[in-house]
Amino acid sequence: MPEVLKAPLVVEFPFTRSLGPVQSAFLTGLRERVVLGVRTGDGRVLVPPVEYDPVTAEEIGDLVHVGLTGTVTTWAWNHEPRRGQPLDTPFAWVLVQLDGADTALLHALDAPGPDAVHTGMRVRVRWAGERTGAITDIACFEPYDGEASTVTVHAGEFEDPVTGIVAAARLDYTYSPGRAQTAYIDALSGRRTVGERCPSCRKVYVPPRGACPTCGVATSEQVEVGPRGTVTTFCIVNIKAKNLDIEVPYVYAHIALDGAGLALHGRIGGIPYDEVRMGLRVEPVWTEGARYPDHYRPTGEPDADYDTYRELL
Amino acid sequence: MTSAPRDREIAVVAFAQTDHRRTSEELSEVEMLMPVLHEVLDSTGLKTADIDFTCSGSSDYLAGRAFSFTLALDGVGAWPPISESHVEMDGAWALYEAWTKILTGDADTALVYAYGKSSPGSVRDVLTRQLDPYYVAPLWPDSVALAALQAQALIDAGDTDEPALAAVASRNRAAASTNPHAQLRGPVPQGDHLLQPLRTGDCPPIGDGAAAVILAAGDRARDLCARPAWIRGIDHRIEAHGLGVRDLTDSPSTRLAAERAGAFERPVDTAELHAPFSSQEVVLRKALRLGEDVDVNPSGGALAANPIMAAGLIRIGEAAARIHRGRSDRALAHATSGPCLQQNLVAVLEGEPR
Repeated sequence: MPEVLKAPLVVEFPFTRSLGPVQSAFLTGLRERVVLGVRTGDGRVLVPPVEYDPVTAEEIGDLVHVGLTGTVTTWAWNHEPRRGQPLDTPFAWVLVQLDGADTALLHALDAPGPDAVHTGMRVRVRWAGERTGAITDIACFEPYDGEASTVTVHAGEFEDPVTGIVAAARLDYTYSPGRAQTAYIDALSGRRTVGERCPSCRKVYVPPRGACPTCGVATSEQVEVGPRGTVTTFCIVNIKAKNLDIEVPYVYAHIALDGAGLALHGRIGGIPYDEVRMGLRVEPVWTEGARYPDHYRPTGEPDADYDTYRELL
Repeated sequence: MTSAPRDREIAVVAFAQTDHRRTSEELSEVEMLMPVLHEVLDSTGLKTADIDFTCSGSSDYLAGRAFSFTLALDGVGAWPPISESHVEMDGAWALYEAWTKILTGDADTALVYAYGKSSPGSVRDVLTRQLDPYYVAPLWPDSVALAALQAQALIDAGDTDEPALAAVASRNRAAASTNPHAQLRGPVPQGDHLLQPLRTGDCPPIGDGAAAVILAAGDRARDLCARPAWIRGIDHRIEAHGLGVRDLTDSPSTRLAAERAGAFERPVDTAELHAPFSSQEVVLRKALRLGEDVDVNPSGGALAANPIMAAGLIRIGEAAARIHRGRSDRALAHATSGPCLQQNLVAVLEGEPR
């Protein structure tokens, strides 16, 4: 069996998230070097603030201005920072209870080593040079042995409040399609199309995924299908896709390759779009160096009889 | 819809799991899952067409693909009309959904499965994406970092220390030496600090795996299994999502779930705890008031094999299998999800008196 294929797969998403009034005030405050909390019905101050009391689920919105200094409530020494984390030198993850707050905020503490960190130690905010209204406007915390900063009431009103954030994320994978799909892709590189037959219902799956979705059993018997096939159904595409160099309108079709138990998808070329029809006999057209057929074109054979493909619609 | 008696008895009648491994790159998810599905079906004599309800647990973020569970559905013969559901959670929560479905009387049998392949990506990074996206996720605190914060809180509270954590890790891996499916078995070096105070030995292995369970009601369960593991109670609860709002040394949600599941009504002899980090076992033992006489994680637990999204379902499966084998009469199974034991599910399983 050939080696299983692998390829890098990067998933990146810049989720745009809107903020409610409380989160907006908090993140705008960070931009202005102010840390705000929210007061619950029973008088506790939550920092970072939330819109609903985590105990009673009551809506809350009374903002208070808490200190820029605080106390570490727990910590963990991170000697190997990872991508995206607040500091690229070894640091401590900390939960910090800011002066005036009853809950703790997660962030990083810049300290020379684990021996310099302990629960109960005093720290203060170190601001980022450029602030945009995000939790990363706090660059990190740093050890501090001065006076506690004062706590005052704050209306939470700012000019030009931040109303949303873009939460960018990137995850890196090494994707492997597994045994069955590797065999399919390998065969395609030799311009052959190979499916797998279900040992129970005898249907040939193209592309194969290693299982018969009807019977729920493993498939393994390889069967070469095509190269010719029959258009079982189709649609006419009138919208040009971004980054796709195909003139519209064009036809996208289900094609049942000869010997296959279900149809696969493909573009139909070499014939005016309004002459494509069910039953049209087609064959793949390969371009140089391609790993799959560019499109399918008519073979010139008579159309297939409806009864030969009615089960494959 | 038929009306079901409120006291409908539901049991785990079969359980199977893969041999959990660091990587299974030669297999797609469905290829990894299918032998396990066939094993539970074969052990009951059921065919996929005999199953009234199917429910699965998995995560798109592990696979890096949207709707990845639909591909795995091929393995259960998901030909319409199938009654099927999915949770983007550990399979223990899929089992909860299946249990409620059977309670309603809409189904007599259910197939529950879960799978996770951590090998294609970096699971520590992937798990950051389940955190609060406004205040926490932008800092990329990974799963080990958050567990380490909890471990330090426990140490500061005097609930444990590094040697005690090492003993937890060692006991679990020793127990796993008789578990052919476990990834880490027998003595494992406690190692250096991965994220102080946690050492590599305090952390779960990263691996790929899958598990499946069959549930059945009443006499159907008795027909399918010589000694069904009756679910006497099951409940799940959640903590506040802000880590700094919680007391990380305790797990009130686990305690409440256990109370609602009836765990405190009579002692249990076995507990399968989903504690991926040694420190979390300390929290759970306290929350569940487990004495030294309870056999905790005879399978080796999540410290021996932690296929993400399946490890919680495996706790229920292991507890049930112990009842099937006659090694336990009343067992507790716990599953968790999220950082620092954020969400917790507790099930109480019993075998009929012998």
